[in-house]
This record gives sequence, C-alpha cells and structure tokens, in this order.
Amino acid sequence: MTIERHNYDVLIIGAGGAGLRAAVEAREAGLRVAIICKSLFGKAHTVMAEGGAAASMGNVNDNDNWMVHFRDTMRGGKFLNHYRMAELHAKEAPDRIWELEVWGALFDRTKEGKISQRNFGGHEYPRLAHVGDRTGLELIRTMQQRIVALQQQDGRDFGDMECNIKVFAELTIIDILKENGKVSGAYGYWRETGAEVLFEAPAVVIATGGVGKTFKITSNSWEGTGDGHALALKAGANLVDMEFLQFHPTGMVWPPSVRGILVTESVRGEGGVLTNNVGERFMFKYIPEVFKKMYADNEEEADRWYEDQDNNRRPPELLPRDEVARAINTEVKAGRGTEHGGVFLDVSKRLSAEVIKKRLPSMWHQFYELAGVDITKEPMEVGPTCHYVMGGVEVEPDTAAAVGVPGLFAAGEVAGGMHGSNRLGGNSLTDLLVFGRRAGAAAAQYVKNSGKNPVSEAAITAAAAKIQAPFDREGGENSYSLHAELQEITHNLVGIIRTGAELQSAIEKIADIRKRSANVSVSGGRKFNPGFHLAFDLDNMLLVAESTAKSAIAREESRGGHTRDDFPGMNNKWRQVNHISSFDGTKVNVREQVLPMLPKELFDLFDVHELEKYMTPEEIAKGGSN
Amino acid sequence: MARKLNLRIWRGDSDSGELKDVQVEVNEGEVVLDVIHRVQATQMGDLAVRWNCKAGKCGSCSMEINGKPRLACMTQVASYPEGETITVTPLRAFPVIKDLVTDVSFNYKKAMEIPAYAPPADLAPGDARMQQVDVERSQEFRKCIECFLCQDVCHVVRDHEENKKSFAGPRFFIRIAELDMHPLDILKNRKKTAQEEHGLGMCNITKCCTEVCPEHIRITDNAIIPMKERVVDIKYDPARWLGSKIRKREGL
Repeated sequence: MTIERHNYDVLIIGAGGAGLRAAVEAREAGLRVAIICKSLFGKAHTVMAEGGAAASMGNVNDNDNWMVHFRDTMRGGKFLNHYRMAELHAKEAPDRIWELEVWGALFDRTKEGKISQRNFGGHEYPRLAHVGDRTGLELIRTMQQRIVALQQQDGRDFGDMECNIKVFAELTIIDILKENGKVSGAYGYWRETGAEVLFEAPAVVIATGGVGKTFKITSNSWEGTGDGHALALKAGANLVDMEFLQFHPTGMVWPPSVRGILVTESVRGEGGVLTNNVGERFMFKYIPEVFKKMYADNEEEADRWYEDQDNNRRPPELLPRDEVARAINTEVKAGRGTEHGGVFLDVSKRLSAEVIKKRLPSMWHQFYELAGVDITKEPMEVGPTCHYVMGGVEVEPDTAAAVGVPGLFAAGEVAGGMHGSNRLGGNSLTDLLVFGRRAGAAAAQYVKNSGKNPVSEAAITAAAAKIQAPFDREGGENSYSLHAELQEITHNLVGIIRTGAELQSAIEKIADIRKRSANVSVSGGRKFNPGFHLAFDLDNMLLVAESTAKSAIAREESRGGHTRDDFPGMNNKWRQVNHISSFDGTKVNVREQVLPMLPKELFDLFDVHELEKYMTPEEIAKGGSN
Repeated sequence: MARKLNLRIWRGDSDSGELKDVQVEVNEGEVVLDVIHRVQATQMGDLAVRWNCKAGKCGSCSMEINGKPRLACMTQVASYPEGETITVTPLRAFPVIKDLVTDVSFNYKKAMEIPAYAPPADLAPGDARMQQVDVERSQEFRKCIECFLCQDVCHVVRDHEENKKSFAGPRFFIRIAELDMHPLDILKNRKKTAQEEHGLGMCNITKCCTEVCPEHIRITDNAIIPMKERVVDIKYDPARWLGSKIRKREGL
C-alpha cells in the first residue's frame, strides 16, 4: 500500500489559539509549516472562550502592571505554578493582545478608544480584553485570517498559496514518530476517508487543548479527548500535575441535554449574584482565610464595589473558580440547591435588559434557545462542569520544549505548569498566545540547528498496524459504551471531591476498561466513521484518566482543582511537590519532583506574611532561590 | 418523560444514498443533535455527523432539518409537533461525503480569495484608538460562526453549481463588508472587487441568508445592500463615472 506522505519543517498538531499562534511564528521565521486540525478549520475549542484575555495593559485601571498580574496568577494557582511561566505570561500578555489588534481583531473599547478591560475572578484590576462574550471566537478568527494573509503573501511571492503553510483539516494524528531518540514526524488518518498519512518533520508542536471528554459533565466539545497529553506520554515526554482539573463553577444544569455547557464568568464579573434555594447569597460563607483581605464579607460592601473599586473589597462571587465551584457543590449537597441540582445565578436584578443583551449576548441567546429562560427577567440554574486541565506536558518554560524529547514542543492547555493548581479565568487566552508564540519560535530554532531526521519504514509499519487493528477484530467491545463507562467512573470517583478509597477503585476500573479497549471492534468502513474515530480517542482518554487518578491518589492534601475529602486543607509541604507522570508502554507511573523555588526578585514581589500561608518556614527563611 | 421519535436520516455517500427510518428515544429538552447521537451510539455506529461545541458557537452541525438549513444543536425536538417525523438531510449546496457530512471546502477556498485585512504600515501595537460605535459595525459581522447555512440556502449556488466559480456567497460578503467598515483597514476598492470578482451583483436580495443565520446577523440589510448601493452610486452614476475616468479616482 502506498501512503500519502508530506514533508515539513514544523508540524503543528492542533488548530486552536496556541497552534495557530505557533504556526504564524514558525512561518515568519522562514520555515514550512503544516497545521493539523481534528475538525474543520476555525472550529477549535478556543471559540468557546467567552470572558476575555487577561493582560495588564492598564487601560481601565492604570495601577495594573505585570507584577500585579503575576501575583494574582500565583495566588490563583496556590503557588504551585512554575514561577517562570507565570512571569513570562504576565510580562508578555499585553504585547500579544496588541499584536492581535494589528492583525485585525476588534476588541470592545473604552471611552478613550483603547481596548476595554473587564473584571474577572481572582484578578485584582479590570484586566480582560474582550469582545462581548465571544472573545475566543475573535481570537480564532483573527489567527485564522492572519494565516490566510500569510498564505496570500506566499501566493504573490511564490505562485502557490499553500507552499509554506498548509492546513490539514479533519485529520487525526495517532502517533508521534521518533528516530535516534528525536522527533521525526507523525502518523495519522484523514477522518473523511480513513486513509493514512505520514508527516515527516523534525519538530512537532502539540497544541491539542484539553481532556474534558474524559468526564461526564463537561464544557468541552468532542475534541477534548486528551490526544496531545497521550501522544506526548507515548513519545516519552512527561505530564506534570494531572490531578488538577478545573471544574468551572457555572455550567448549565437544565435541561439534561445541555448539562455542562459553559455559563461565562463574565455574568458574575458584570454583577451576577449566586443564591441558594432559600434566597441566601451564600458566597459570603466561603471566603478562605488567604483571601479575607481582598473580598467583601457583607452585601453592602460587595454591592458598592461595582461603583467604587478603590474603597471597597470585591464581591465573593469573584473568588477564584475552585473556591466558587466547591461552595456550590457544598450548598447543593446540603440540600439548598435548585430543583435540578444547581444554584441560582441572577444578573437580572442589577442590570437592565438592554445592557444584559449587549454585554452578554450569547448567554442570553443560549439560555433563551436551549433552556427557555430569559436571563434579563429570571435567574439561571448553574452548577460545576469539568472545564480545563491545569496539568499537562512538562515543558521548559522559555522554549515550550517538552522535557526529555528533542524536537517536541507543547503549548496552550496541553502544557502544564503555568496555572499551578487552579487557572484564573482569562489567563488561558493569553497563555495560548504567549506560549504558542514561544513554541513556534523555539521549534523553528530547533529545526535550523538540528536539520532533518527521516522516518524509518519500521516506524511507519508499526503505526499503520494500529490503525487497521480495530477493523480486523469482530464482535469485540463497542467504543461508545466503553467511553460512557469511563465517563461514569471519572465523574463518580475522580470528580470535584475525591477520597483515597474512591481513587483506588477508579484506578482498578480504568485498568479494566484499558484491557477491554484492546478488543474494540468497529462496524462499517473507513469512510467518515465516528465509531472508528472514537476507538482512538478512547485510548487517549484512558491514558489521561489513569494519569489523573494516580496523581490524585498520591497528593494527600486539597489545593485548587484537587479536593480530597480525606485530606482537607492545604499542606505547605505538598506545595513543593509536582507529580510527574510517565508511560512505560503498559501503564502510567507517577513520581514526585521538587518544584523550582521563586527567585528573590519574584519572592520580593509578595508580602512575606502572605507567603507564610503557602510556604514552610525554611522556604521563607531562604527568601528566594538566589 | 421519554417518548419515541420517528427520525428519518439520509444515509449514503457521493455515489448513492437513501432516507432510512429509525425510532429513537427522546427526552425533555433534547435537541436534534442529541437524538442523532443516540442513534449513533445504539443503532448506527458509523453514522457520520459533524459537531463540536453543542452550544451554537462553532457552527459545525449544520444540516437540513425538514428541508430547512439549521444547526442541529440549536433545534429543539419539542419545536416540532409530537408524532411528526423529523427528517434530517445533508446540506444540499455542497457535495456529500457521507451521511450528514458534506464537503464544505468551497468556503475555505473562497476565504483565501478575499484580500486580507490591511492596516496602515506605521500602526504600532497598542497605538490604535477606535470608538465603540465605530467597531460595532464590523463586530456584527465578526459574530459569524461559519456554519455556512447562508451559503447553503443561497439560491445563486444552491441549484446552480456553475455559479460557484464566480460567487463568494453571503458569508464572504459580510467578510468584505467587515473589512470595508473596519476603522483601521486601508485597502481601497473592496466594494469594487466584491462586485467584479466575488459576484456581489448576482445577489438579488431575497434575504434567505439573513433568515437562516443562527447569529441573527443582518447579512442583507447591513452588509450586502449598503455595498450594493455604493457600487451603484459610484459605478453607474454617469457623473461619478466620468469623474473617475478623468481624475483616475476609484473610491470604492
């Protein structure tokens, strides 16, 4: 059989914000770039980001700067973030936003005509550049159109628009190939025809996004199956801190078919309040000690904050997402939830119908069309939904290079470290841009230094055999049912609140599904066959779930997006520990690794009394790593 | 709550196909995409359908439901009378790949033909100043989720394959209008090329595109008609035409 072959300098897997930003950077460095897109071009999950992109431009409050943003990010992540990633992100985010504007993005404006910035959970100042509540769509379109602009330039210069940058849409990669210990390319199939494709490329950037489809209730689309996490593991890279999953506090809960769909945090940023079934504004009860100085403990002050932010503390609805999600979970469990197991989120009392429709147009639309609720008149019912994975590929902060695999890079949600144990809203869109750009630049530099690394026939034969296997089996397991079983296990045993015993049982059950998944058979042919596609996605989700469960059972504390009923509360000793997952060919192994300490100049950005809440006395005494 | 729904699904590929009847369970609040997924998981494992976000934000699950172009994720089963059979078929204006999935590459080719955004060469990052009211005109068009329902319903191409070569379609007329109204874009003659290269003149403003737009973009009123008016104004006004010839001014 002859297979389709392509030869590129840099292969980008994933066409969301991070992948496209990496592609632009590598192309501008003069290299030939292929972009692999699992769905149609422009449909990536980035379009679902609603609230905005956090960057300390200081357009609305000029007290803001990168140091404040850095502090907020570290606090949000409970100091488990890789400090260098948080630092680079805070410093470079404004440039990445302004650059989008030069490429045609049209953000909402301030009265002076600058980019407007809105309030969001965990951010001290109004910091999120936004376009109504469809900021992610604006980012994707801008990047998509930037790629077209580069293609048009190539058309003028070389007579072929696709000669230097080409999008391969509806194509799935199943393996990253290596020769002599270094990346040599990737192997996959066209979803449309099932035909196999080989990409030869000495550098691969993984930008595949998240893992939400591992869980039953999620805001993620079908694409969030942890492909990049699994590809990296199988290629010999590590995953860091996979126990940290962000359950967004506000997903839709009714009707059942929309359960999990995101309700943007901007609803709270614009003044939405959370109440339980007895009408109590319950968030005042859930302000943790470390945040007491920054959040109002009474309704009067919280309400005043919307008018006067300098002299009042913020409403507790704007606490970081992990705190709000846990609070909602607790209220519902205590029997104070709504009829459908959520709580009420109401924006209708504070804002006029006209303002709501202008600032939150897609929310209005979503509730009106899907739930029959008019949010300008009545409250929404909301509850936690699996939204984002903080854990991901272990990378070198400056280059986004995957640790341990020369030629492999990772950026965006699939990379770990940046957000620590909990991501602040708005930090994802700028994370994509900052590290997408860095990954593209570093991949280009790597290729210039290393040159080609041809793929061997043996590697091709092995990858091709995997693709054919499910068609050759008969009467085996159904991939849809196995997926449903896995989602049930993660939801019940590895969800928002965890215990050691449940995690142990999850690890055993996941291993059992893994065994059965080796026997998945597929009905029908290769042509656009979702059952066949799911068979491969399932493999990836199983690896991710195993890594998450094993990291979660090892971490005996509660922090950010990891809550252990049997170990409530943070433990400063655990703050010094990352969990590193690796794959030995049959199972995921998790080990501890020491988290790098803040250098003095970053240590000194904090009040030492604040750091005492997170660090051990020995760490405080050192005062930074240098 | 659950009841049985009669669903009629087009199954086949570019060679042949037919409508197949299935019975499927439907629950309160479910949309057409939910029942298609249930058929996929329980009766037809290889049924092809595109979808992504299931929240009306990505524009992937475009199909024709009882003959009308719609997003399957935003179409409530309960919006049809109980007992009525719901028929789902692939978009008619594009070649079928398999079942409900069509080849929409036409749209991506057209996207590559629209001249890109062109800011002033000296625009430095962070320097742009624009008023909200000025960005809002283009923002309306940037809401487009590229579901291509407007392209599918447009009769210029729906029944006339031969027009595809010279007609970009409503989605790309709003793209041109968006750039034309962009406060920072400096490329001249966008309306002229819309008319001469992208087939703006072939549109006879029946507004079908506006009617099917799930984002409620006023494609005809706010993009196509204003561009057509300007084209007529400058191109066909004898005095303006003469002026442009004498002074070599284009101004479209």
